[in-house]
Amino acid sequence: MDFLRPASWEEALAAKAEHPTAVPIAGGTDVMVEINFDHRRPEYLLDLNRIGDLCEWEVGEESVRLGASVPYTKIMENLRAELPGLALASHTVASPQIRNRGGVGGNLGTASPAGDAHPALLAAGAEVEVESVRGSRRIPIDAFYTGVKRNALAADELIRAVHVKKADGPQQFSKVGTRNAMVIAVCAFGLALHPETRTVRTGIGSAAPTPVRAKAAEEFLTAALEEGGFWDNGQIITPSVAKQFANLCSAACNPIDDVRGTASYRRHAVGVMARRTLTWTWESYRGARRLTEGAA
Amino acid sequence: MRVNFTVNGRPQEADDVWEGESLLYVLRERLGLPGSKNACEQGECGSCTVRLDGVPVCSCLVAAGQVEGREVVTVEGLADFAKQRAEGGCASGACGTSSQNAQGWDAKGSDSQTGEGTELSTIQQAFIDAGAVQCGFCTPGLLVAADEMLERNPNPSDADIREALSGNLCRCTGYEKIMDAVRLAAARQSEAV
Repeated sequence: MDFLRPASWEEALAAKAEHPTAVPIAGGTDVMVEINFDHRRPEYLLDLNRIGDLCEWEVGEESVRLGASVPYTKIMENLRAELPGLALASHTVASPQIRNRGGVGGNLGTASPAGDAHPALLAAGAEVEVESVRGSRRIPIDAFYTGVKRNALAADELIRAVHVKKADGPQQFSKVGTRNAMVIAVCAFGLALHPETRTVRTGIGSAAPTPVRAKAAEEFLTAALEEGGFWDNGQIITPSVAKQFANLCSAACNPIDDVRGTASYRRHAVGVMARRTLTWTWESYRGARRLTEGAA
Repeated sequence: MRVNFTVNGRPQEADDVWEGESLLYVLRERLGLPGSKNACEQGECGSCTVRLDGVPVCSCLVAAGQVEGREVVTVEGLADFAKQRAEGGCASGACGTSSQNAQGWDAKGSDSQTGEGTELSTIQQAFIDAGAVQCGFCTPGLLVAADEMLERNPNPSDADIREALSGNLCRCTGYEKIMDAVRLAAARQSEAV
């Protein structure tokens, strides 16, 4: 095994081009487990810890450019207003020790269906900035996950950052597990209301071969909110609408039975989380509306 | 490969390090510092918690090569580290814990029941006084994690303590005495100020 220690992003790209089998390591919270347990013996480890700008973020007009190695702890502490869904998801990642090391780039690189960041990224809307010596490109999050632990990266590409749309409305994240810490999601659900475009977006984790959106459920809810004038009248969402939304989210799952849960449990739990997160986000949308109306 | 880094305030050099080796292995097997415990090797249990550039991390998940040029504090250096923090830094330049002292570090002192005779950090003394140590295997990781939390948050609520220690598993105590110990350390620290 060789340990490559590029001091700059350019050096890292050159190293990855020269050794396409090199495994990037940043927080190490996935890679080191595989090495410790002898599940993996990569020819080259490509350490990204010395590249400082991977740990930086930038809040822009429309989106946040989040460096691939920004630890979850920093996301929770600094980006709760801009990226509430991702901040909530970050807070459910493992333990403080892991959150101090791991970042979204690793979640994306591993592309496990159980990665906690995925539902939040899908719901908020995001693009993954990847680069190789051939150039840089942005992969829409919807096209990023290509299979179980597979993503759209080419062999010579590295993840540099993820551009996440700033929240224009309430966002929520919910996760099922056996305790509050150190839990790999049995299944997870992210929901973002987008009042500016009067749309909703979802993300489902651990209930299909890849993280997925419940697109039929999104379309149904977007139409139902529009027809009922809910965005304007701020009324409580009709229980039948919430129920149908939950059913459609369950239907978007394609889960398996495994040690953490059965397929039917996952389908059921995703429906429950969909209904709950809808209630939470809608209540906070109504609350914000009342505040602005009260001020006017 | 060779790795140069700072351990408990003193420069150290580890030789013949395998590229896939963890920081935990380097500390225990190459530098003779077995205080950080090796249990799950997957970041699940927190027994191997150390400070890396001040931040608590699982040393089993840090590749040895990643610590080149960086600073690590282990449980063996915790008492000195806490002392320097209380004194507002290292004025003499001769602070830290030498590898010899760290290797021979012993919480027992002259009295194994009370810790008397050894200089302990507030959190270490509180663990002894509150009876928060049973088999002791989780203790080093808990001490490092709890000490870091008290540094950030001198008046933690019970929820803060539980959250800060959520990455450290203990199979003996049921955590109640550990909670007592951290509350005790917080109280003693605020008295001292």
